[in-house]
Amino acid sequence: MHSDCPAGGPETVVSIKGLVKRYGDKTAVDGLDLLVRAGTVTAVLGPNGAGKTTTVETCEGYRRPDAGTVRVLGLDPVADAARLRPRIGVMLQSGGVYSGARAEEMLRHMARLHANPLDVDALIERLGLGSCGRTSYRRLSGGQRRRLALALAVVGRPELVFLDEPTAGLDPQARRATWELVRELRADGVSTVLTTHFMDEAESLSDDVVIVDAGRVVAQGHPEELCRGGAENTLRFTGRPGLDLGSLLKALPDGSSADEVTSGAYRITGTVDPQLLATVTSWCAQHGVMPDGISVERHTLEDVFLELTGKELRR
Amino acid sequence: MSTTADTASTVGTGTYAPAPGAAPLTRMIAAQTAFETKLLLRNGEQLLLTVIIPSLLLVLFSTVDIVDTGSGSSVDFLAPGILALAVMSTAFTGQAIATGFDRRYGVLKRLGASPLPRWGLMTAKTLCVLVTEVLQVALLAVIALLLGWSPHGGVGAVVLLLVLGTAAFSGLGLLMAGTLKAEVTLAAANLVFILLLVAGGVIVPLGKFPEGAREVLRLLPISALSDGLRDVLRHGASMPWGDLGILGVWTVLGLGAAGAFFRWE
Repeated sequence: MHSDCPAGGPETVVSIKGLVKRYGDKTAVDGLDLLVRAGTVTAVLGPNGAGKTTTVETCEGYRRPDAGTVRVLGLDPVADAARLRPRIGVMLQSGGVYSGARAEEMLRHMARLHANPLDVDALIERLGLGSCGRTSYRRLSGGQRRRLALALAVVGRPELVFLDEPTAGLDPQARRATWELVRELRADGVSTVLTTHFMDEAESLSDDVVIVDAGRVVAQGHPEELCRGGAENTLRFTGRPGLDLGSLLKALPDGSSADEVTSGAYRITGTVDPQLLATVTSWCAQHGVMPDGISVERHTLEDVFLELTGKELRR
Repeated sequence: MSTTADTASTVGTGTYAPAPGAAPLTRMIAAQTAFETKLLLRNGEQLLLTVIIPSLLLVLFSTVDIVDTGSGSSVDFLAPGILALAVMSTAFTGQAIATGFDRRYGVLKRLGASPLPRWGLMTAKTLCVLVTEVLQVALLAVIALLLGWSPHGGVGAVVLLLVLGTAAFSGLGLLMAGTLKAEVTLAAANLVFILLLVAGGVIVPLGKFPEGAREVLRLLPISALSDGLRDVLRHGASMPWGDLGILGVWTVLGLGAAGAFFRWE
């Protein structure tokens, strides 16, 4: 099903079963299951403190699970660390660079630790780091630091990259550049696991979205499936005021509703699919109503996210 | 169902096609050593500590009669002490501060996910210290010779003292860097440097201290190193076993504790 994934690669690159991780008496990850398919981009979404970073850092070998199993590229990230490390690319949520090192020399150094690194000049060009290549890390802006960290994660030509909040603090242009790079990685068969707070990022970039809350997976799937599944959608149109909606409601499936929100502005809620749309428009035709401005409001990933994780602010 | 990612190009250019692998171990360690040495030699505060302060002290105390260094030429007394100070400045103070901030800025953590193994990183740090010390010893020896220093003794004993002193100070420096906050390490490593400079027989002979204090002070690693180097370089002793023993104990304690308590993040 993935003609663009490298031939012969194993289908699953990350496999987590029942992961539990505690810090003292606080449970950061509480029985989490996750599968990442080869050659895909998987976004891990969740409020602050949901356990996203802990999960990713367990895959990277930084944390030892208190329970459950974690396999990355078929290896145990702690016991097989020496074999795993050269094959993965890691972008930490912050830091990771000598404060006195210049951006370009740090990248060249990381390239030297690998057998077949990317062309450093091309990568610098690609991520727009040329203008700050001779600037020491401590003088880089937040966005430049994120882009350097991304470059450090991919320079070793890994099979799998873990990006922890890759676009936090980036301006829109840098954010686009990061997205483009992730897409290019995917097109070349690199698997990506990223954490993010941005719904649009998860929606436009990923093949699979995993919503995590309180250390557990609360929803998982293709972004479109998630938006479709369960949640109700809304159809709106305007017509002449005071239409009798009773006959429309009879024609609609059970569980639908129809009302006139303000004079002449109508709202239908329910499972909005092509069938429902056809029912509404034919009803309008029968009643000589021109449904102006007819529009379908799909649920965004943000709606799904807030529905699942609650609207209250997290610590 | 590879239908996502609105504008995703589905056919790659091959630029990022996976080709993972670690560089050969020796190349990784050589690269890490070269990189860390470059960063160290470019760091103004580190140079002040490791080059400028020892050189100034050597010139100042050899040419101006500030401290009574006993009979004979004062440079013959001072040069071994300053060499000991140079070892301490690099292996202990400089390494503690640099490693403390590497840890604070997540460098140790990030390199932990690179192909370079942790022991490879520590080997590179040690080599970086040794390279710096060779440069320090060469510079300080030239300055001392210009000031009329006439060293005695065998090279073997001097090298053994320098290596064991380096090991002892590295252990203590890494213990500090791996357990304390970076700012605390910065302050504490500088304070210890000054205290040991004054009370460790570097420029002030231990004989100037009261007898009770002297017996304690001579057990310090800096006293053992400066005393051992002085025994060889000034008095032509063949092998100062007592001082080597003291350094050996500090090495075991320091490296052992660093190995047990060092935290990478």
